[in-house]
Amino acid sequence: MIVLFFVWAVIDRRDAVMIGIVEGSILALGAVGLTLVYGVLKFAHFAHGDSMMLSAYCAFLLLSGVVTGSRPGVDAEVLPITVSDLPAASSEIWKFSFGYGLLIAMALSALLIAGVLVLLDRLVYRRLRRRNSGIVIFSIASLGLAIAIRSLVLIVWGPTPRKYTTVVRQNIHLPFDTTILADQLFIIAAAITVTALAYVLLFRTKLGKAMRAMADNPELARISGIKTELVIVLTWALAGALVAVAGVLLALQAQLDPQLGFVLLLPLFAAAILGGVGNPQGAFFGGMIVGVVQAVVVTFDFLSPGYKFSVAFVILILILLIRPRGLFGAKL
Amino acid sequence: MSFLRPTLFRIPVKPASLVAPATVALVTALLILIPFERSNGDTSGVISFLVSFLTFVAIYAIFTLGLNVQWGYSGVFNFGVLGFFMLGAYTAAIVTKQPASGNFTDYIGGFGGDLDLLPWLSSDEWLPHLVGLAAAAGVAGLAALLLAVPTLRLRGDYLAIATIGVAEVLRRVVIEETWLVNGTRGLTGVPRPLGGLVDSSDYKYLLLAICGTFLVLIYLLIERAIRSPWGRVLMALREDEMATEASGKNVFAFKMQSFVMGAAIMGAGGAIYAYASSSLTPEVFTHFFATFLFWAMLILGGSGNNRGAIVGAYVLWGFWTITLQFQSYDLPDLVETRMPYVRELVLGTLIVAVLLVRPAGLLPQRRQVSVWVERQLKRRPPSPSGSSGADVELSSR
Repeated sequence: MIVLFFVWAVIDRRDAVMIGIVEGSILALGAVGLTLVYGVLKFAHFAHGDSMMLSAYCAFLLLSGVVTGSRPGVDAEVLPITVSDLPAASSEIWKFSFGYGLLIAMALSALLIAGVLVLLDRLVYRRLRRRNSGIVIFSIASLGLAIAIRSLVLIVWGPTPRKYTTVVRQNIHLPFDTTILADQLFIIAAAITVTALAYVLLFRTKLGKAMRAMADNPELARISGIKTELVIVLTWALAGALVAVAGVLLALQAQLDPQLGFVLLLPLFAAAILGGVGNPQGAFFGGMIVGVVQAVVVTFDFLSPGYKFSVAFVILILILLIRPRGLFGAKL
Repeated sequence: MSFLRPTLFRIPVKPASLVAPATVALVTALLILIPFERSNGDTSGVISFLVSFLTFVAIYAIFTLGLNVQWGYSGVFNFGVLGFFMLGAYTAAIVTKQPASGNFTDYIGGFGGDLDLLPWLSSDEWLPHLVGLAAAAGVAGLAALLLAVPTLRLRGDYLAIATIGVAEVLRRVVIEETWLVNGTRGLTGVPRPLGGLVDSSDYKYLLLAICGTFLVLIYLLIERAIRSPWGRVLMALREDEMATEASGKNVFAFKMQSFVMGAAIMGAGGAIYAYASSSLTPEVFTHFFATFLFWAMLILGGSGNNRGAIVGAYVLWGFWTITLQFQSYDLPDLVETRMPYVRELVLGTLIVAVLLVRPAGLLPQRRQVSVWVERQLKRRPPSPSGSSGADVELSSR
């Protein structure tokens, strides 16, 4: 039935499927990070969506230097030096709406968010771990952090939605009579590249092996000589980098909106659970499936586009009812 | 199985900590002094300010108590208070209002006129409201029941995610489906309970009395339920689910009952909120206001302690109101536009800080066994030796 749905969607709603793949690849990146934290640290990280928005705003800061919310009559405060000051950083590459400045900003904010998540782990989660708190306490702490991150974004940049550039975006014609924005092609390519890097790290390096061992059985990993605290730090760093890239790509696809972070948790968790908690490949495909289904379903006449994230919720409930271990099994 | 250990037959000693009374005193002082200063010593202004403040503390304390039943006593994990709040508030509104009329209003229901069933005691002033309250609690409880079936058997955090989902879906439905409850235009003119009995300038006192009465009733209900064998099973399964299951208790059923009971209390709270504020707009129902705030209240006050839940509601809503008062001072533009977000930042960091520094909250949970044991204790006090400080934090979750 699922296969039939996708076949029908590809034939009948090709444009929506394209948008779904673009949004799906963003969700996939976020969900891979989420599922890693879920797998290694065993708790639901409710600050994931807000970390994604924070990263998008960090890249915005690096690109534009704007540090205060601009309102009518008040000029925004602007940092003296930004990435855009580099020579020709904003001149557009090929048909994209951005220059190499965005790539630098993306890389820097990936580092930054990785650092922020590691720092929060040192400050908050490690102390809870030492006290042997239950997993639910971790989740509540992450909810508190989600509120704090969101309000920080609101304090600095204000509630008005923003965009990286206002340049007109160019279309590209693809085979089978589909068109796609050049930026969207970049989003898909970037998402696949970054996920491939994460895959190599997880399944082709010793570090990845340690991470998977820890997800499988933390006690056994510890007595086998794996430095569990180090693995935890690296898990946060990897999840942070992934979610940061996802955030920048999301802002490139839509716009920056501080309110979006919390609601994004729904498709992210739907993707992670659909793919099986702790299963990175599963989370990637889960993200794609959730993205496509969301985009296709809201093209139905009887549903307004406002229900996009509600669709993710319905997917979540269905998967919990039918196959709570996820389509691909829970395993790292 | 800790509830079987004989150490429990000690009388809980009152907490020696002064943090809770000090916090309450500080908030109270600020709540009196700032409006006093702002109104240049106008006592009646201060009193009406305090009355409306306490009314909303009472209403929010109801939600915090509902959350306490779910999280504090049974460890059931609900991040979607917003959903049950909205269900209760809108159900109560459409039950008590007159049918929709006019160009810019459109909503279903409107049974207010049909519910004037009793010929005595001017029943139109209170009967629709009681029916609305019951309907609100029922609808919210039913929603919780439907949600619990697929999710409650799974990991605790799945339920949390599902409740976020329900809250978000309901929020979207209220905004998008304008025929249902008038969309973003909202519902106004929800009739007030006993509104015709007193002068409109004195109504605020009556409203406070009504909200306070319901808070006390719900508090007593929960206290009684928690001290029953049923409540003891809840606390046992919160501490150790497997041991509880091994002693032959149907863990799923007990969790379900506590989740539904908490949701019904939240639904009732929503109804009372609708009556007190008399208008409902979707902008009010954000995840922040209607979910996080109550979590912060419960965590701060002390989860697993009903009095703590009420104190948490008082302190946090007090903090909220005080910072709102600050806004009437002449603040720099940069600070003034950011006040709401600074409040949210304080709230978010507060949750984390309390979990790290004082996980039991302002009023830590008391060990309580049962009404029967407490009665036995009063008759035959145990030897005082070695039983000091028996007010143990049950934080090993």
